[in-house]
Amino acid sequence: MEKQLRKKLENKEILLMTHIVLGYPSLDVNREVIEQMVSNGVDCIEMQIPFSEPMADGPVILKANQEALAGGTKVDDCFTFAAEIIQQHDIPFLFMTYYNIIFKYGEEAFFKRAADIGMKGFIIPDLPPEMGESFLALADKYKIAPVLIFTPTSTDTRMEELASHGRGFIYCAARRGVTGSKSEFGDDFKEYLGRCRAATNLPLAVGFGIRSKEDIDVLKGKADMAVIGSRTIQLVESEGAEAVGPFIARLR
Amino acid sequence: MDANGFFGSWGGAYIPEVLYQTFQDLKLEYARCRKDPAFWEEYIHLMSTYSCRPTPLTHAENLSNHFGGAQIYIKREDLNHTGAHKANNVMGQGLLVKRMGKKRVIAETGAGQHGMATATMAAKFGLDCTIYMGEEDVLRQRPNVFWMEKMGATVIPVKDGSRTLKDAINQAFRDWVTNVDDTHYVFGTACGPAPFPEMVSWFQSIIGIEAVDQIIQAHGKMPKKIYACVGGGSNAMGIFKRFLEEDVELVGVEAGGHGANSGAHAIRLASSDATPGVAQGYKTMFLQDEDGQMKHTHSVAAGLDYVGVSPILTDLWEKKLVRFESATDEEVMQALDLTMKKEGIIPALESAHAFAGAFREVGKLSVDDAIIINQSGRGDKDIFTIAHAFEDPSWEKFIIDRGKEYSKKHSG
Repeated sequence: MEKQLRKKLENKEILLMTHIVLGYPSLDVNREVIEQMVSNGVDCIEMQIPFSEPMADGPVILKANQEALAGGTKVDDCFTFAAEIIQQHDIPFLFMTYYNIIFKYGEEAFFKRAADIGMKGFIIPDLPPEMGESFLALADKYKIAPVLIFTPTSTDTRMEELASHGRGFIYCAARRGVTGSKSEFGDDFKEYLGRCRAATNLPLAVGFGIRSKEDIDVLKGKADMAVIGSRTIQLVESEGAEAVGPFIARLR
Repeated sequence: MDANGFFGSWGGAYIPEVLYQTFQDLKLEYARCRKDPAFWEEYIHLMSTYSCRPTPLTHAENLSNHFGGAQIYIKREDLNHTGAHKANNVMGQGLLVKRMGKKRVIAETGAGQHGMATATMAAKFGLDCTIYMGEEDVLRQRPNVFWMEKMGATVIPVKDGSRTLKDAINQAFRDWVTNVDDTHYVFGTACGPAPFPEMVSWFQSIIGIEAVDQIIQAHGKMPKKIYACVGGGSNAMGIFKRFLEEDVELVGVEAGGHGANSGAHAIRLASSDATPGVAQGYKTMFLQDEDGQMKHTHSVAAGLDYVGVSPILTDLWEKKLVRFESATDEEVMQALDLTMKKEGIIPALESAHAFAGAFREVGKLSVDDAIIINQSGRGDKDIFTIAHAFEDPSWEKFIIDRGKEYSKKHSG
């Protein structure tokens, strides 16, 4: 996945990754939203398999998880849907979910099925590398990138430790807290991104509270990829799936 | 506990990265406290002057005679300040917070007892305090909400998921990852990411340490069995820990709700409904579906109504060092009724599960033997729930009249 992203970076100042919650509001709407995202130049999409206890997510994504589950979304549906989407669109896709979904499915079976359908990476916010020995070994075996997370509270030593296990890119949380609310991009943030850059050669994706072209402009030259999460989910809620394409097109 | 926080294959610390450094700091301070005898001395002093430690061990003679079996002793955690064993953990963590220099505490609460204890501690130590409580529990435990607010805490009703304890825990974690620099999360039970299961059990172990001397003095020898209710498992760990070194059978009683086959219960270890999982920061047996989504649970006792269970207890269950049973809502109400009538003691609905479990078996033991029931909390705080469950007509009339009085005041 790192190579794919690097290749895209040859022609673009900054890449865009977006986030969808599978089954919210429905897989049909997910399909339409993904179509809009890809045709307007999104470079990478993380598809969240809903979980009943999304501890690291803020109100927007939390509600999306609950509604998706209330609508009957199963892990099996997510795999079937992801397989179809990966066939249709030539960009890298990742699964984002919580560790219990993988653990309960059976770690190796989950990796195998994800590799079979062409999934490129996993983002698991509640699985630090200390808890993920077998997970990391399977990621290596099945060539699926385990994307690890830097945060402003990570020390330089910790960042180096995380970078040694991470593949694909590093997800830099722009601030403390959960997904959704606004981030400030002041001097502290620039110093933090500098530390991230010094700790790894992997591409840096920045997420948490990125909502506009202005936010993305700030990241140009400092990060390789901007992550839009809660914002597009809200957009679909308020204006429908067809609003996503024009929104994405205006971001760069 | 091993270096990664596991007890056998259970436990660990499945935490978001933003909390990594805070957990390093917490583990370090906790290790320092464990090595420092002055810390435990300070803790004992605090608990004997601010709370009522040592709590008594009461010989329940009437109940013993009623069943005609072993002598029943009751460890009276209900006589702790704030009315439950929860204070043991909270005051211990309070001393830890003072050492770490944090200015704000947050906590989740189910029955409200842990929230009450945390609000008390925050008032005493001059800390800001926010309590997360499932909306359903706010409705069930209104009096506790009233007292928490009176002591200066902010109580936030959690409207997500099943609106009970597990959702309050998720919301407290969301607060913690946002305010990690100045805030400590006072985890309320022997669950969650390491070092919480071990640390909470350590503070609670004061129960068993006292009980071992008290039973020897009263009965002259070790008891045959010890009974404790198990929600998250902190009162059970508290009384069991010291007795794990002795030849005593330890029995945990879980919430049977409407019955083991009803689907409406919180039986994790005494039924085959739970399976291994990882949530809320740790690995244990969870009540979850085949995809790993947590199920709704039910108990008449808000404090036992939880999808997971202490990883230490799961390890002890797997090693057959603790036996697990369950008691239904109905059995619990009967046990509560009998205990009030025979002894003039009002156990909390949670604790009444331990009584129900013990009452089933005590008649089979010899009169020369003894058992201990851990009365984790007092029941008078549950007056709304208990009166409701008994369908007490005079109580219902009182509420109707009081309601009329308030409506008149607000409309006039």
